Amino acid sequence: MSLSIDPEKCTACGQCTEVCPFEAIEVMEGLARSNEKCTLCGACVEECPEGAIRIEEAEGRGPAVDLSAYSGVWVFCEQRRGGLHSVGLELLGKGRDLANDLSTSLTAVLFGHGVADLAQKLIAHGADQVLLADDPTLAEFTDDAYGQVLAGLIAEQRPEIVLCGATALGRSFFPRVATTIGTGLTADCTGLSIEPTERLLLQTRPAFGGNIMATIITPNHRPQMATVRPKVMRQAKPDPQRQGQIVSVGLPGGFKALSQVVESIEETSQAARLAEAEIIVTGGRGLGEAKNFSLIAELADQLGGAVGATRGVVDQGWIPYAHQVGQTGRTVSPKLYVAVGVSGAVQHVVGMQSSDVIVAVNNDPQAPIFDVATYGLVGDLFEVVPAMIRELKAARGEA
Amino acid sequence: MNIMVCIKQVPETRKVKIDPETHTLIRQGVESMINPFDLFAVEAALRLKDEKGGKVVAVTMGPPQAEEALREVVALGVDEVALFSDRAFAGADTWATSYVLAQGARKLGPFDLIVCGKQAVDGDTAQVGPGLAERLGWPYVAFVRRIRGLDGRDMVVERLMDDGYDVVRFAPPALLTVVKEIGEIRVPSFKGKMRAKNLKVPVLSAADIEADPEMCGLKGSATRVIKVFAPKPREKRELWEGEAEELAQRLLHRLSEDKIISIAV
Repeated sequence: MSLSIDPEKCTACGQCTEVCPFEAIEVMEGLARSNEKCTLCGACVEECPEGAIRIEEAEGRGPAVDLSAYSGVWVFCEQRRGGLHSVGLELLGKGRDLANDLSTSLTAVLFGHGVADLAQKLIAHGADQVLLADDPTLAEFTDDAYGQVLAGLIAEQRPEIVLCGATALGRSFFPRVATTIGTGLTADCTGLSIEPTERLLLQTRPAFGGNIMATIITPNHRPQMATVRPKVMRQAKPDPQRQGQIVSVGLPGGFKALSQVVESIEETSQAARLAEAEIIVTGGRGLGEAKNFSLIAELADQLGGAVGATRGVVDQGWIPYAHQVGQTGRTVSPKLYVAVGVSGAVQHVVGMQSSDVIVAVNNDPQAPIFDVATYGLVGDLFEVVPAMIRELKAARGEA
Repeated sequence: MNIMVCIKQVPETRKVKIDPETHTLIRQGVESMINPFDLFAVEAALRLKDEKGGKVVAVTMGPPQAEEALREVVALGVDEVALFSDRAFAGADTWATSYVLAQGARKLGPFDLIVCGKQAVDGDTAQVGPGLAERLGWPYVAFVRRIRGLDGRDMVVERLMDDGYDVVRFAPPALLTVVKEIGEIRVPSFKGKMRAKNLKVPVLSAADIEADPEMCGLKGSATRVIKVFAPKPREKRELWEGEAEELAQRLLHRLSEDKIISIAV
């Protein structure tokens, strides 16, 4: 497959070079040319006003496996310390829609030891069946144990789609499984849908730190695998009367654990509070110095919310990493997100853009945060935030 | 210990902006940098070398200009480098990338340990490290925040999880991906900088590392980008200016009316 540029039609206008996310096309000597960075995404094809660019399909490059032999949507449901992670339930919500669009079944996959009682909850949330691997070797998460068991199940049962939460656990072992099977994996998807004619999973995710969105497919390999961050999808309303099958599966033959969890230490505090918070107030570099973070803490306290931070202030050492929201921090989706002194760099925005209501306080009307804010307040945060705090205290009848 | 570190040259994504009118990327003048997490990988490897002796080999798969990144880490103390570069490698997804790196590791090894950064800030999938370990058939631990040390044949590390951390034990050869907590990155020494300047970077092609071109690059990739588009700005948006008191009152009143906050303002 290659990018072909028709020299008769190309006017060297350069519009293609402006839309290319990969710096893969340049105008040289009066003609646009693509280089080795091209990924055939097609952005330039759409942009070219002369229609001079085409993607040429290579011949004879077809599916690596018999695609029709694969069916069913699976969701790997993470549990840790005997509790289900909510992301699994969110993905069952989405998985149900995907399975319905494909007229196929939805399976939840659950690993652990002594976790059989969690299976019914997965059925209540939409699974038609639960594949349960309950074994002492799976009590604690190790990449190689969980990876080998899941890869074995996939090889045996051939689902067409497998989803997993993009948590530390999911992001750690899912790539291993995709490589063992020899199939594609797309991380941190913000959108999933079905293209029905070829039963393709359309996987949409931010690229380039969230500057652009990319839609990705796995055309010739199966299963199509994707991870999704917590709080991106919505849980379905559970139906406790729902019926389904619980199937116990054993460990694959030749199973061998290569690593061992010696100890597992829980440090809930900030990280958990942020993930579950309905209201978050985040401070950015606009605060100027570490001590001004007290404004954020006070506003959060008055609103009954948690404190968040941009990568910039965490790197400065003003507040610990557990509070960081963004591409290399947490993704959050609260009812209310208040960004104070935050410019709105895309790496931050990808971590909070699905919040219901976003409020931004910034003295620069051009700040990109205002592109995503429901209510954008252009003003000096050192006046606006104290004013908000005063109003909230007054409303409560405090001094 | 013989340690291999995988690094990647990425665009300075913080400086890449969207044109507010056309909603397309403004690419002019965007520089390259070493993926920040990879510097932590290099630091982790160098600390192990400081303690146990051995050598650290940094590798990268990329276009010819990626050799700048390798020189940067030589200045930090890396002993040897290699650039895997070939037209066949271009357009690779993480699966094809882990294949090339695995072939490279086999060619340049044997290694006791491979260290990678937790994710690259342009793709940010965090998939290459685990995929590489899987292709080599090695145990791996991702998101390592601390290397506790060696205990007999085994290595013991702390792995960052969402709710705390796990202590994990395994026998090398193995692969680790590391997070920032692993330690502060050292400053390049003058001697290191001179070495970096004078170093000739070996460039290995697909044939040099016995990589089948069908399994590399775009051809060897399982995923394909079919569409690229600018994220839509939020539809319901209001921009307010005015006195601080007014702004505060107006906002809180609105949030209260819409029942976003439960306080009556």
